[in-house]
Amino acid sequence: MRQIGKMLSRRQFSIAAASVVSLPSYALAQDPTQAWKQALKAILGDAKPTEAKLTFDVPVLAENGNTVPFSIQVDSPMTEKDYVKAIHIIATGNPQPGVATFHLTPQSGRAMVYSRMRLAKTQDVIAIAEQSDGKFLMSKRAVKVTVGGCGG
Amino acid sequence: MPRPRVKIPSSAKVGDVIEIKTLISHVMETGQRKTPEGTPIPRKIINTFIAKYAGNEVFRAELLPGISANPYLAFFMKVPGPGEFELTWVEDGGNKTVEKAKLNVT
Repeated sequence: MRQIGKMLSRRQFSIAAASVVSLPSYALAQDPTQAWKQALKAILGDAKPTEAKLTFDVPVLAENGNTVPFSIQVDSPMTEKDYVKAIHIIATGNPQPGVATFHLTPQSGRAMVYSRMRLAKTQDVIAIAEQSDGKFLMSKRAVKVTVGGCGG
Repeated sequence: MPRPRVKIPSSAKVGDVIEIKTLISHVMETGQRKTPEGTPIPRKIINTFIAKYAGNEVFRAELLPGISANPYLAFFMKVPGPGEFELTWVEDGGNKTVEKAKLNVT
């Protein structure tokens, strides 16, 4: 019993010590759960995205967060006058929410990309398409992650 | 960096929309991890991928640590005429890997 009591107090001490050490840096850092909102604002500015024409394909359940396949397709004629300039992807629950930005041209022919991303935990993932007319399309998907990526 | 794998159709006609698939072996170190001793492991990722065809840029990707190790990228292009792909992967620190692939346009 004395042994357990000793271990507990040692653990409590280390928790207390850790919180003292981590508190000032936490107070200075931005709230990590909100970082994705800034990333989203950096892309959208004040534009109001619509949910039409964008197909964001990502598994509902990802067993391995280290490689989650995704595809993003926009229904666009991809002509000089009307094409998708960029496709952005944001993982709202990752320590660094930005995943990638893809730049397309009218020469792309089809506004579609495939890749694989890391997801640290169960979260919402957002795909945003930026059209040549300055309008934005957006789609949000919830992904359940069994084993998180990002080495966490 | 190791040699990438690139898959393009064996032949295509002018005006066809073709798919280009690429894969490169790379750890894509996020910068978030630490060694068992607690030293942070610095970020080392492929941060940019550029696809040119016949000298014109047709696709570019800015990659962040949220992209998986051994990044796989697939994209499309409408064939403007005969030409060669020049695909470039740029790593943090500036190292580049360039792969060329000639498209057989019929």
